[in-house]
Amino acid sequence: MTMKEKVLTEKQILTKSLFAFAVFIIGICAAYFIWKGLRSQEKEAGTTKILRKSYLANEAIFSGLFNEKGLVKTYPVAEAVKAVRVNGNLGLTDASFDPVAWKMKVVKAGGDTLFISIDDIKKLPKTEIVFDFKCIEGWSQRTWWGGVTFADFVKQNRLENEVQKTYASLSTPDKKYYVGIDMPSMIQPQTLLCYEMNGKPLPMNQGYPLRLIIPVKYGIKHLKRIGTLYFSDTRPPDYWAERGYDYYSGH
Amino acid sequence: MKKIVIKHSLAIRWFHWINFPVLAVMIWSGLLIYWANDVYAIKSGGKDFIKFFPQSFYEALNLPFRLAEGMAYHFFFMWLFFINGLLYVLYAAFSGEWKYLLPQKSSWKEAWLVVLHDLRIRKTKPPQIKYNAAQRISYTVIIAMGLGSVITGLAIYKPITFSFFTTICGGYEAARLEHFILTIGYCLFFLVHVVQVIFAGWKNFQSMITGFDVLKNSADDKEIPSTIKKPVNL
Repeated sequence: MTMKEKVLTEKQILTKSLFAFAVFIIGICAAYFIWKGLRSQEKEAGTTKILRKSYLANEAIFSGLFNEKGLVKTYPVAEAVKAVRVNGNLGLTDASFDPVAWKMKVVKAGGDTLFISIDDIKKLPKTEIVFDFKCIEGWSQRTWWGGVTFADFVKQNRLENEVQKTYASLSTPDKKYYVGIDMPSMIQPQTLLCYEMNGKPLPMNQGYPLRLIIPVKYGIKHLKRIGTLYFSDTRPPDYWAERGYDYYSGH
Repeated sequence: MKKIVIKHSLAIRWFHWINFPVLAVMIWSGLLIYWANDVYAIKSGGKDFIKFFPQSFYEALNLPFRLAEGMAYHFFFMWLFFINGLLYVLYAAFSGEWKYLLPQKSSWKEAWLVVLHDLRIRKTKPPQIKYNAAQRISYTVIIAMGLGSVITGLAIYKPITFSFFTTICGGYEAARLEHFILTIGYCLFFLVHVVQVIFAGWKNFQSMITGFDVLKNSADDKEIPSTIKKPVNL
């Protein structure tokens, strides 16, 4: 095994070297200007155009691989942590919120609106799940939740037509926190409208009386204290996507 | 007239120099992400021996509160890192370059001799064709690490879609730690690599840009009768 050899004149060697170094320096300059260009692009909704496009391209690629029949790994109740992390109170700070009068507002196609009480929801079979709750910050916790599957809720309230749409939107009663979720993730069989944590009613800071648990998404999509649910073919607003995060934020 | 030896093909040089800034952006954006949950430390006797990372480090590099930005860059440049790495591996496989790169049976023993030589403990230089044994091992390991970063990265980026990867990594938390350790590995590789390049000198460095090494004056050749001239086997 040998490496290829050539015999050249000194002038040829010099020309070859100079050319290579010229290309090298041009390359460094190009890299510098590409980087400068990337950094100086105007920001919209917390990120630049090209990076938002890259989020969307990644979404197209990875949501294509996502299988809504695939299940998130679950664990026995004994493995769930006792102290569940509270990471934020967005949408929960309204002092005038009345949990007794709470009803979930569901906007149907054609403008019909349903008001659903927690007792209506609890009539449905209870489903429990222990899974690794993952925060976009990088931590995860094995937590135990109970509620009704979104699939059961759709059947009870005859929302079959609504879930043909592309997105679901959820917001807190005070509208301060809101998420948009693609329908394949929303109707994934483990998505819960959740009213229990660790076998007890949801604490206030976990979104009493009803929150979303959607194991195929990062924690930012697990909206606490659901106020309104509606369906749409265009992307509903999303709190964190407006602040530079990935709209899809799915696993 | 001078003899040159073609050392690094044009493709290899492009892959090498593209990888450098791309990996730099990956590490920088990775730090922006890591900051949001910076839980790793090397502990000794219940105390943090090395904390990843001290506050002064974050502040010096202006890393805090840039998680979203970090993710946006990380998930854009990951494609460049992956495609460039994939093309390099394919090129090495099909061009025969792998013959210079993969460790041989003797490499494992010889690598120690290289280390001893580089530390100025042993005088004789171990034999090499293009790369010495230590280079063969490190350049192969660094590619394996690249693959490791892709697998551990997918295991934390899409832990459900790529649940197989998450499982073989030992779970989500383990995959994140492995992804981090690999990154520290790149930084250590970079340090050693740069020091070695400095010691190897300008001639070696410029061959990564021009692609060739100037061997020797062929005028010298003429003085040696061709009958006793030994074949150059580099």
